[in-house]
Amino acid sequence: MSDSPGGPSRSLLARALAILVTIGTAWRVLRRKPLGPEAPPASSREPGGGANDDPSERTVPGNRLAENLVAALLVLGAGCAFAFIAIYIVLQTNTQLLGLAMALALACLAAAAIIAGKLVVPQETSVEPRDRLLDESAAAEVVEIVEAGGEGISRRGLLTGASGLAGAAVLGAAAAPLASLGPPARSLHASPWRRGIRFVDDQGHVYAAADIQIASFYTALPEGGDADSLGAGLLVIRLPQSMIHLPADRRDWAPEGIMAFSKICPHAACAINLYRYPLDESTADDPPAFTCPCHYSTFTPGDGGRLVFGPAGRALPQLPVMIDSDGNLRAAGGFDEDIGPSWWSVRRT
Amino acid sequence: MSPIGRAVHRRFERGLRYTEQRLGGAPVYKYLLRYVFPDHWSFLLGEIALYSFLVLVATGIFLTLYYIPSAHEVTYHGAYPLLQGQQMSEAYRSVLDITFNVPAGLLIRQVHHWAADVFIASIVLHLVRIFFTGAYRKPRDINYYIGLTMLLLAILEGFAGYSLVDDLLSGMGLAIAYGVALSIPFIGGQLSALIWGGQFPGTDSFFSRLEIVHVLLIPAALATLIGAHLAIIMRQHHSQFPGPGRKERNVVGTPTWPAYALRSIGLLLAVAAVLFLIGGLIQINPIWQWGPYHPYLSENGAQPDWYIGWLIGALRLMPNFEPVVAGHTVLPNPFWGGALFPLVVFGVLYAWPALERRFTGDRRRHDLLDRPRDRPTRTAIGAAFLSWVVIIFAVGSTDRLFFRLHIPYTAMIHFWRGGVWVLPVIVFFITRSGARALKRSETHPLRGWQGTIVTRGPDGEPRILQTAENTTAPREPPAGTVPGHDHPEQKPTP
Repeated sequence: MSDSPGGPSRSLLARALAILVTIGTAWRVLRRKPLGPEAPPASSREPGGGANDDPSERTVPGNRLAENLVAALLVLGAGCAFAFIAIYIVLQTNTQLLGLAMALALACLAAAAIIAGKLVVPQETSVEPRDRLLDESAAAEVVEIVEAGGEGISRRGLLTGASGLAGAAVLGAAAAPLASLGPPARSLHASPWRRGIRFVDDQGHVYAAADIQIASFYTALPEGGDADSLGAGLLVIRLPQSMIHLPADRRDWAPEGIMAFSKICPHAACAINLYRYPLDESTADDPPAFTCPCHYSTFTPGDGGRLVFGPAGRALPQLPVMIDSDGNLRAAGGFDEDIGPSWWSVRRT
Repeated sequence: MSPIGRAVHRRFERGLRYTEQRLGGAPVYKYLLRYVFPDHWSFLLGEIALYSFLVLVATGIFLTLYYIPSAHEVTYHGAYPLLQGQQMSEAYRSVLDITFNVPAGLLIRQVHHWAADVFIASIVLHLVRIFFTGAYRKPRDINYYIGLTMLLLAILEGFAGYSLVDDLLSGMGLAIAYGVALSIPFIGGQLSALIWGGQFPGTDSFFSRLEIVHVLLIPAALATLIGAHLAIIMRQHHSQFPGPGRKERNVVGTPTWPAYALRSIGLLLAVAAVLFLIGGLIQINPIWQWGPYHPYLSENGAQPDWYIGWLIGALRLMPNFEPVVAGHTVLPNPFWGGALFPLVVFGVLYAWPALERRFTGDRRRHDLLDRPRDRPTRTAIGAAFLSWVVIIFAVGSTDRLFFRLHIPYTAMIHFWRGGVWVLPVIVFFITRSGARALKRSETHPLRGWQGTIVTRGPDGEPRILQTAENTTAPREPPAGTVPGHDHPEQKPTP
C-alpha cells in the first residue's frame, strides 16, 4: 500500500512493523481511496426529505482495488479447495490438514463475499414502510365467510359434539399402537440375581471369597446372566467386622465381612465406581463409602448402603452373599428391593 | 456493455421469462430483493444459528451414510489398536470406523459436533439479545415462542446425537436420561418402558429409534420451524433500534440485493470456515478414549456437552428429597433437577411476554427495540433469572473445581444450595440500579470515558487532550425512543 510509513529500511523489526501498519491501514485505504483513473466516488444522495427524516442513501463505490482483492481471494479460495482435494487423495485421514485446507478455502470465500458486499457493490440504505398487520374489514370478512358455512344447520351443538368425539376416538386409535413400543412397566422390576448364582468378573472368572481384599472393591456379574442388563453389576467389598453395623434382619448377609451391593446408583442409573476406605489416621473418622461419579451420591456400605451425601432418594440396594463349599461367592437370595432409579411403583425397603 | 455482459443479460432475461410464464414469481422476487435488513451486530446471532444448522445438515448427511444404529454386540477388530478384541455395540464400532477408516470421517464428525455446540450457543445468545431488547413484544411474541421451541428441540437433538455413539460417556448420559424419564410422576415407568423397549439399556431397536429421532423427526421439526420463523420475520419485517429516521412505522437498513446478500453469504462461509478450522484442529469428544458402554461401567470426571451442563448442575445440587405417599414414590429425586427445573426455566420464558403485558399493561405493537437500560426492571429480572440458570450450570463443574483447586466438593454443594437463591437477588438489585443510572446519565457502559487523556508535546510539556466532561456529556435521546406512540395501528391502552 502506497501510504505505509517508513522509507526503505533494512531492519527486520522495521519491516515487521511496516507490515503490521500496512495491514492496519489497508482496510482504511480500501474503504476511502478507490484507485484507477475512471473511478471517482460516484455518490448520489437521493433527493427528498430532511437529512434526519430520510436516511435513504445510495453510493456506488467504483473501488478497483477492492475488486482486484476480491478476485485474488476467490482464486486463493479455489487454490485451498484444490489443496483439500489433493490432501484427501494423497493423505486421506489427515484431519488437521483437511480441516485447515477447507477452513482456509471457506475463509477466503467469506472474506471475498464480505469485501464485495461492503466495498464493491452499491451501498444502499433504504427505508421501507411497515405493513399494518391487522385489517379490521378483512378479519371481519373471514369471520363472516367461516360462519356462513354453517347456514341452515339447526343441530349445531350435536354435530360439534359428535365431531369432537369422532376426532378424539380416531386420534386415540391412531396412537394406540405406540403401546407396542415396549412391555408393561412391571418389566422394570427385573433383576438377574437369584439365590445360588455365582459371582464372576467381566472375563467370566468365578470370584472366590479369598479374592476379596479389604480396602478395594470388585465388580461382579451374574454367572450365565446378561452382563449388560441394568441389574447385573455388583460392588463387592470386604470390611472388618468393626466397621459393619447392619440392621438385625441383614445380620447374615455379610459372611466373613464380604458384602455385595448393586453397582447401579439408585439416583440416576450410573455405575458407581468410587470407593473411599480409611487407610490412615487422617481419614480414620470417615467410614468406608461408595460414591457415584455422576452426581456424587455417597453411600456407606457398613450401614447397609445408607445415603450420607448427595441427591439419591434411597439407600444402595444390598444383595445377601453366601460362600459355597468351594469357597466361591454366591447370591444368598435376590434383591429385596428394585435396583436402579426410583419411579412411581419402585419397590423400596 | 461488453459483448459478454450483453450475452449474460439476454440469457438471464430469457431464463426469467421462462419461469415467469410458468410461475409468475416476479413480485415475490422483487419483494425479497428489496427486503430491508436493519444493521446491528447482535442481529447476526440468529444468522449464525441458521448457518450452523446448514453445516449440521450437510455434515450429518455424510455421517448418516456410515452410522449403523444397532445395539448388537460385536467384537472389535478395527484400526484402533487399544480397543482390539473388545466387546462393543455395532453402533459404537461404526463410529470408530467413521473416525479411523473413513477418509475425512473424523474431520466431518468433529465439525458436526462443534457445529452442534455453536448452534445451541448462538440460539441461547440470540434469545438473550431478544429478551434484553424487548424484541419478543407484540407482534413478535409468536416468533419468540417458535424460537424457544427450537431451542428446546435443539437441546434434545444434540443430546440424541451424541447418545447415538454408544461410547462410555454417552451411555452414562442415557442412563441419567432414563433416570429422569422414570422420575416423571405416575407415567414415568411406563413411558421409559416404551422408549427403551423395557428396562435400560433397552432392546436392540433402541438405537434405531434414537437415530430416527435424531436424523428425521427433530431435524424435520426444526427445518419446519426455521421456515416459519423466517416467514414470520419477513411478514413483520425486522425490528430495529431507535435512530435517525427510524420509526415504529418504518424499517431502515440495507436491502437484500446486492450488499446484504453478499455480506450474509460471507457470514455463512465464515461460520463454516470457523467450524472446519476448529473441527480440524481442536479435538472434541474423542470417543475412542472413552471405550464401549456397559451398564456396569462408568468413568470419573464425566462432563456432558455444554448445553446439558445446567441439568447436571441441578441434579447435583438437589438435596436427597424423594417423597413417598402410600407406597408410591411420587416424586423420584431426578425429577427436581432433570425435569422440573428445565420445565420451570422454559415455562417462565414461554410465559414472559404475557406476564409482561399483564404487569405493564402495555399491549401495543412495538417495532422499535429497547436498549436494556430503557427497562431497568425487565433487565434486572432477566439478569437475575439468567444468573440463576448460570449458577446452576456452573455447579455442574464443581467436581472439576475440586479436582483442580481442591475446594471440598461437599462444601461447595452446601454453599450453593443457599447461594443459588441469594445471588440472583443481589444481581437483580445491582442490575436495576445500574440500568437506572445509565438511563439517567445516557452514557455508554463501555464507551463512557471517565478519565483524562494527556499527551506530551514536542517541547516535552504535558498537554490535556480530552477530559471526562467533554466526552460523557448527556446526549439527547435519539428520535423515536418513546416506543409505540407513532404507530398507525396503536390504540391507547385501556
